[in-house]
Amino acid sequence: MQEHDLSFVRAEMVLAQAAPSRERGLTAWLRKNMFASVTDTILTLLGLFLIAWFLPGFLRWAFVDAQWTGADRTVCATASQGGVQPDGWSGACWAFVNAKFAQFMYGRYTLSERWRVDLTAILFVLLLVPLLIPRFPRKGLNAILLFLVFPFVAFFLLVGGYFGLRYVPTTEWGGLLVTMVLSIVGIAISLPFGIVLALGRRSQMPAIKLICVIFIEVVRGVPLVTVLFLASVMLPLFMPAGMTFDRFLRALVGVVLFASAYMAEVVRGGLQAMPKGQYEGADSLGLSYWQKMNLIILPQALKLVIPGIVNTFIGLFKDTSLVYIIGMFDLLGIVRQNFTDANWASAQTPMSGLLFAGFVFWIFCFGMSRYSIYMERRLDTGQRS
Amino acid sequence: MKKLVTGIVGSAALLMSASVGSAATLDDVKAKGEVACGVHTGLAGFAAPDDQGNWKGFDADFCRAVAAAVFGDASKVKFVPTNATERFTALQSGEIDLLARNTTWTLSRDTSLGFNFTGVNYYDGQGFMINAQKLPGINSALQLSGAAVCVQTGTTTELNLADYFRANNMEYNPVVFQGFDETNAAYEAGRCDAYTTDQSGLYALRLTLANPDEHVVLPEIISKEPLGPAVRQGDDQWFDIVKWTLFAMIQAEELGITQANVEEMKGSDNPEIKRVLGQEPESKIGSMLGLENDWIVKVVGGVGNYGEVFERNIGQESPLKIARGLNQLWTKGGVQYAPPVR
Repeated sequence: MQEHDLSFVRAEMVLAQAAPSRERGLTAWLRKNMFASVTDTILTLLGLFLIAWFLPGFLRWAFVDAQWTGADRTVCATASQGGVQPDGWSGACWAFVNAKFAQFMYGRYTLSERWRVDLTAILFVLLLVPLLIPRFPRKGLNAILLFLVFPFVAFFLLVGGYFGLRYVPTTEWGGLLVTMVLSIVGIAISLPFGIVLALGRRSQMPAIKLICVIFIEVVRGVPLVTVLFLASVMLPLFMPAGMTFDRFLRALVGVVLFASAYMAEVVRGGLQAMPKGQYEGADSLGLSYWQKMNLIILPQALKLVIPGIVNTFIGLFKDTSLVYIIGMFDLLGIVRQNFTDANWASAQTPMSGLLFAGFVFWIFCFGMSRYSIYMERRLDTGQRS
Repeated sequence: MKKLVTGIVGSAALLMSASVGSAATLDDVKAKGEVACGVHTGLAGFAAPDDQGNWKGFDADFCRAVAAAVFGDASKVKFVPTNATERFTALQSGEIDLLARNTTWTLSRDTSLGFNFTGVNYYDGQGFMINAQKLPGINSALQLSGAAVCVQTGTTTELNLADYFRANNMEYNPVVFQGFDETNAAYEAGRCDAYTTDQSGLYALRLTLANPDEHVVLPEIISKEPLGPAVRQGDDQWFDIVKWTLFAMIQAEELGITQANVEEMKGSDNPEIKRVLGQEPESKIGSMLGLENDWIVKVVGGVGNYGEVFERNIGQESPLKIARGLNQLWTKGGVQYAPPVR
């Protein structure tokens, strides 16, 4: 039989063997990622040295020597500073964060009414999370509840003054509440508004195009600080006596306008990245302008610019700190304001407070960033090379 | 730039003052049900939030005293935190009825900005602090020639510093920062040899230094910084109410009327105490101002007398431990003096 003539060919497959020991396990990983070349080795050693130099001291400061509870500055000050700690002591003053925690979250929001803030936050999370997780059904109803019903519920709950709820003026808001309201409203309005502006800028109609271009360029050309400053210092002088705009509203409008202009440019980038064929293909099917945009162009364009959009969101979230210019206190503002409380003034207080604020900001920004990566992977339809 | 902004704000303010000033602030305040009081966004001992977020401090308590005078209730205050530039506009535009934000009383501010200072509730002065470990042997500001001095920009402090060194023919190198925190951090990090600000600020700074014992405050006071509450120009009744609230607090201390004994003192036989507390028959000490006749009882009962407010917020009972100094009563070697309440 012919097969026998070719018997030098193996009749069965060689069993797969484990990779050689130098190609697997920790050593291989280390060699590949840490010590692949001389430069890598030097950088790795340098990195390890920095960690060894910095980390133990930090851990000691932040955890071992830290003070977690206490009534006033004495727990965070050494004897020569007028406190109870031995001289030479240095540790984080988490007692300060602990004592001021409610204020960092709610600002000066009336104590007895804080359940309203909690309720609003719970409602928001309950509506947002199912919308973010693709498996959950009834996305349409969910979106209607979140974008059309929830804003009114939140407004009445937070501001009050109706349905027997006590009125809480926005001057008493502060802390994370202000940060979240500013950034969530900013994000929710700037995306649709930015898309409309981007479409307007690429419109064939000269009047609309001109308006959009002027808006985007003017708003993008002026720093947010300037707008907030003008709105708070100059605007009141030109108004009739005694008439004042709510400061919070001023900040909100400023932030929304800003984010919209930036968003418009991000979206425009996506629109321009679409091959001409997509537009022409849609036209050849006889789709109207809005059908073309809704069904063909925007779904592809927005997917392309997810990183840019999330970048703008994160920038917006952090920019909310600028409202300190107009005497409002977001999370960072209220932390810094509390440094001036003489009962807590100590050498350790500012560092502890700022670390806490930084950590809270990081949690939110990191969360947004991870979700955007997840969305990019999920929506990836093979254009990636 | 700061000057320009202040100039624009000032001229705009003058244009406005005619229309704004004519309104009766007392009626507005009564209609609103609260005194809108401009305070610092955060200054240790003068206006800062406590653990519950309530405004505490020397200036904050003055706001409460005015509310007690008007409403008989020290809690009817709406605190409006204002920053250095915003404070003037906020007062001019009517957003606040009263500015109690450790503002230095100067001629230009009194005249060109369209408001009136109602008195001096705290006599401050600018001083220097140095690190004695780093600069041993320096015990006078006159030895600071050639020093790098940390100073906060946009304040009278910066101008006084320039004046002082020029007047004494000394060189210096200003290291300028925008905010209190940054200035403090720079000084602590050793970026400058000396730190200059108002003495009340130096006391607050000491609380945050790692080694407060290494730092000494030099004896020279290089400027007068009379800090006082201000109101809009053109409403004399409101001006009088705020002015006499301060005088009443000083008078109460002089007469030994405290928050604890004020109710008891109402029955006192001392004619002066009876008069001040509005207990005389046909007393007019309130109605002449448009207030209740026992308004001083409410002020002292609400926040205490001048000395109590001082000690509680910035004096020996507070972490700042500022000595009374010039702010002692005139009878005890200071300059706090109230015209007679009669």
